[in-house]
Amino acid sequence: MFRRIDGGDNGTAGALSFDGQAIPFRAGDTVAAALLAAGVADVRDNPVDGSRRAPYCMMGVCFECLVEIDGRQNQQACLVAAKPGMRIRRQAGARLLPEGAL
Amino acid sequence: MPPTSTHDLIVVGGGLIGSAIAWGASRAGADVILLDEGDVAFRAARGNFGLIWLQGKGVGKPPYMRWSLQAGHLWREFATLLVEETGIDIGWSQPGGLQFCFSEADIEKCRRIEAETRTDGGDIAITVMDRAGVEALVPAIGPEVIGGAYSTLDSHVSPLYLLRALQQGLQARGGHYWSAAPATAVRRDQGAFAVETPRGRVAGKRIVIAAGLGAAKLAPEVGLAMPVRPERGQIVVTERVKPFFPYVGSGVRQTVEGSFLIGSSHEEAGFSEATDVSTGAALCASAIRAFPQLAEVGVVRSWGSLRVMTPDGMPIYEESERCPGAYSATCHSGVTLCSAHALILGPALAAGTLPEAVSYFRSDRFDVQAH
Ligand SMILES: Cc1cc2nc3c(=O)[nH]c(=O)nc-3n(C[C@H](O)[C@H](O)[C@H](O)COP(=O)(O)OP(=O)(O)OC[C@H]3O[C@@H](n4cnc5c(N)ncnc54)[C@H](O)[C@@H]3O)c2cc1C
Ligand code: FES
Repeated sequence: MFRRIDGGDNGTAGALSFDGQAIPFRAGDTVAAALLAAGVADVRDNPVDGSRRAPYCMMGVCFECLVEIDGRQNQQACLVAAKPGMRIRRQAGARLLPEGAL
Repeated sequence: MPPTSTHDLIVVGGGLIGSAIAWGASRAGADVILLDEGDVAFRAARGNFGLIWLQGKGVGKPPYMRWSLQAGHLWREFATLLVEETGIDIGWSQPGGLQFCFSEADIEKCRRIEAETRTDGGDIAITVMDRAGVEALVPAIGPEVIGGAYSTLDSHVSPLYLLRALQQGLQARGGHYWSAAPATAVRRDQGAFAVETPRGRVAGKRIVIAAGLGAAKLAPEVGLAMPVRPERGQIVVTERVKPFFPYVGSGVRQTVEGSFLIGSSHEEAGFSEATDVSTGAALCASAIRAFPQLAEVGVVRSWGSLRVMTPDGMPIYEESERCPGAYSATCHSGVTLCSAHALILGPALAAGTLPEAVSYFRSDRFDVQAH
């Protein structure tokens, strides 16, 4: 999988959780970077064909990195800075709107 | 290909109209070459809303209404053929179209459209409903919706897959598609047509100018008049959400993937494809009136694209008097009419005729009568 370019263990700035699993991150990491560095292979199921997807462009254009962050679905993990205690969950299919969902 | 080979039909313009004609003509057995400009071109085929919208189309213009409705009824056959042939899922479905009404005047307009359509013998059923009727179809509608009009004939499609399927189908049958090959000059040469492109000269027995906004300049070279001008439309696209609008709306629709498309504006902006906040805001405001829960949905992108408009909004199909064998084809609802272009117009042009159904749409209707 992915290795940090500097290779070494530069300590952590905290930890978030992904589907209950603790994920350490470094200062400056986005949620996507932290997940990839921790060896998370994929973060969501595609709403069209159910295939498993992972962050790809890491710059906000491909929408492959969608996850649920602190209860809010369809968040781009590559655009959100990691913060201690964040609760990240796998995005399963399309976002369910709170209202009007049938 | 050697410049000496003469094709049966040259189609200039690889947008929705040209691609549909080329596909249909090759299906009828013609040897077709489709010439397209590159990424710098104005291409409504790649920026449209993807609606096959029939209710209200051609009201007060019976030939246009008949041609549009004929296309509407052909869509199922066309989509089935195209998908079977290419294996590309073009995302066509026909859940029927809902026009939302927010005022008595809106409802009055729907009633007028329904009545005039019936008077003109339009082969389409339009049902005007009160709020309860709309709510029974779509419980998620907002409190400001006071009624609506529904027609089973309206449908939608993924415009990009549609375009790709037409061009791929053409090539699978041995037809040619040249991109980055804009026609720079067209002339008649010893009973055939010669087209200059940056990729070389192309010769054909017949030619159809279907170059969208590029047609205005090109058409006169073979004695045709295509006075088209740009009209900008902006579209806003949201993130994917679980389906809750299983119909097609005129200004809002949910794709099979779950995104909402919100659009399209009608603006005089010359050849600018830009977007602006105020137009996007107005489009979104009316979508939110229909579906309040869209207010908190994320915007993924927006774009502007240019419609191809004739002076009276109706299509032009014509054979050149000066250069027989040269034809024009343009319209402003090229998605809606795609089925008819593919199954009727394309095969007719392959045979060197224009279908009777389009005989009304000559360009001399724009000429000023001098008495
Ligand atoms: C915002 C918007 C929303 C729309 N929504 C709908 C809708 O919901 N339903 C509907 O039915 N219609 C809709 N339309 C209209 C529809 O997209 C057009 O009617 C259709 O694309 C027109 O097809 P066309 O082939 O004439 O032009 P285009 O699709 O614009 O294609 C023209 C082609 O000609 C090529 N070209 C130009 N000059 C040359 C040259 N010199 N040589 C060779 N090639 C050339 C260009 O490269 C381009 O590919 C919409 C349009 C817009 C802009
Ligand atoms: S990885 Fe592409 S948008 Fe996040």
